[in-house]
Amino acid sequence: MYTFSNKLRNFSIILMLIGFLGLTYGFLTAPNTIEQANAMVAADPHHGDVHGHSSGANDDQTEEYKKDTPHADSMKSYHNGGHEEAHNNHAHGDDHHGEHLLHQLQNKPWAALYVAAFFFMMIALGTLAFYAINRAAQAGWSPALFRVMEGITAYLLPGALIVFVILALSGMHFNHLFIWMDPDVVAHDKLIQGKVGFLNVPGFLIRSLIYISGWATYRYFSRKFSLAQDKASDISNHKKNFRISAGFLVFFIVTESMMSWDWIMSIDPHWFSTLFGWYVFASMFVSGITTIALITIYLKSKGYLEKVNDSHIHDLGKFMFGVSVFWTYLWFSQFMLIWYSNIPEEVTYFITRIEDYSIPFFGMLVMNFIFPLLILMNSDYKRVNYIIVMTGIVIILGHYIDVFNMIMPSAVGDQWFIGIAEIGGFLFFMGLFILIVFKEISKAPLHALGDPLMGESERFHY
Amino acid sequence: MSSNKVIHALYNDDDVLLSAIKSIREQKYHIEEVYTPFPVHGLDKALGLEETRISIMAFIYGCIGFTVSILMMNYIMIEDWPQNIGGKPSFSYIENMPAFVPIMFELTVFFAAHLMVITFYLRSKLWPFKEAENPNPLTTDDKFLVEIELHNNEKELKALLKKTGAIDVNLIEKKQDNHE
Repeated sequence: MYTFSNKLRNFSIILMLIGFLGLTYGFLTAPNTIEQANAMVAADPHHGDVHGHSSGANDDQTEEYKKDTPHADSMKSYHNGGHEEAHNNHAHGDDHHGEHLLHQLQNKPWAALYVAAFFFMMIALGTLAFYAINRAAQAGWSPALFRVMEGITAYLLPGALIVFVILALSGMHFNHLFIWMDPDVVAHDKLIQGKVGFLNVPGFLIRSLIYISGWATYRYFSRKFSLAQDKASDISNHKKNFRISAGFLVFFIVTESMMSWDWIMSIDPHWFSTLFGWYVFASMFVSGITTIALITIYLKSKGYLEKVNDSHIHDLGKFMFGVSVFWTYLWFSQFMLIWYSNIPEEVTYFITRIEDYSIPFFGMLVMNFIFPLLILMNSDYKRVNYIIVMTGIVIILGHYIDVFNMIMPSAVGDQWFIGIAEIGGFLFFMGLFILIVFKEISKAPLHALGDPLMGESERFHY
Repeated sequence: MSSNKVIHALYNDDDVLLSAIKSIREQKYHIEEVYTPFPVHGLDKALGLEETRISIMAFIYGCIGFTVSILMMNYIMIEDWPQNIGGKPSFSYIENMPAFVPIMFELTVFFAAHLMVITFYLRSKLWPFKEAENPNPLTTDDKFLVEIELHNNEKELKALLKKTGAIDVNLIEKKQDNHE
């Protein structure tokens, strides 16, 4: 039995406290009026920095550029006429730029909160999918790691509910993360009007609840059968787990795809990509597997999980390598088709990211593809714990930036910065994640004794 | 070669074969060669063979393919016959790079795979129309054969092999003008 050490518990609580302070700072410093917003951008040195990096040679055009981009960024307005109209109807119709800026800066702490909340929820969801695949495939190597995976998936329900609360608050107009929730925007936007049947607040929230309850139900029963199997004399619990896992995977791949349209793609309501669900899935899958490896290595270093050997770590390393390449494949498939066809509706998505987000956009490719590709290619390196830990941390951060790149450009435009609020959000949810996951791990024996495939897993060697 | 006499021991199960090889090696007999109808997992470790270096070669071959693809695409699409495809008439390799990535990937795999196979053939001394070295056609079906060098110790060796589960043990005199 693992006991949750006080040191780790305090560490996670400190992370949450620091994160909470960072987020609070972010919310308190968000501007309330257009004048404040304009003043902040004029005074903010970060803004200049970002432009220095992204537009490079165009420095002298920066002023003009600033005026033009926020429209294109946050609203994706390729039919500007409609939007101009929309804004003239607003009280502050005179200052479009200022008003956009205000919305972007007000969105910033919300987006920081949302990116981090989604990211850690996604780790738990990816792990749940990996767990279900191992159950459904009756994999012989992995039962030694089941309790670690079950611990990680404990975060899914609280994490997903936090995401749901943020979405519900958006639906109540506490923020402008999802512009299609604003009736004023929809009234002047033909394209969103055509999507109202799908993109409406009640439907959106009901769908979200269906996804979350489906995932949480599977997780609850699978954990229950897994614990019951420890004491059982037959393998009926194992068989039940096999059946519900196969069923869950069907449910998962549909709901995961729809979740990615709802929770991420709809932030850009004009833009769409048909393989977006897969792309988000690859991201969550590799983050989940990496987290399994990191927590396994941590527990092993504390003297637990004595049945887990180098070959298990090696296999996790292979998955980290393989799924990183798979992620890149999907990322590139999405990018190349849009880049090649160069259709204005689609290509704005990448133009925003390359022009305003060049460092996170290309940096993410290095962190998520080139680095793991070169490091994890060597078979021997995958058996060395510190290399797996080092690569794992880079992959985790890389996929945080991946989610950042999915959400930020449409939410805050070129006003992004990885500052106190963003880091605070990451730390807060990391603390919560550690707290919930290790608490769950300490609740049951780490060795799933009754699993009929456990013997194979113990003897597993490559 | 001090002797041209060898013993051929035949087994009918890969697990028996692995444990037999373990006990033969424990008795310090030198195993010349093992013939199996399929790759046996863990056989290389049981025989104490050096680890293969083909993975290093695979990486190098892949790098060669990657380089060839870049040079080739640069010559064909940019230098020799520039075309305006998809409204991208920049005629710069780096700006058109996304379009070339599939070819870069394919040629990397192509070079790595084909050169690896060729390397394997060269290292295994295989070429078209080569006469089979296989001493017993049963090893292409379902039997496993271990070939052990003989040094006036026929009796003990035969007893040991029988004990390890060999279904058949034969003394074979190799032709002098054979390979090697």
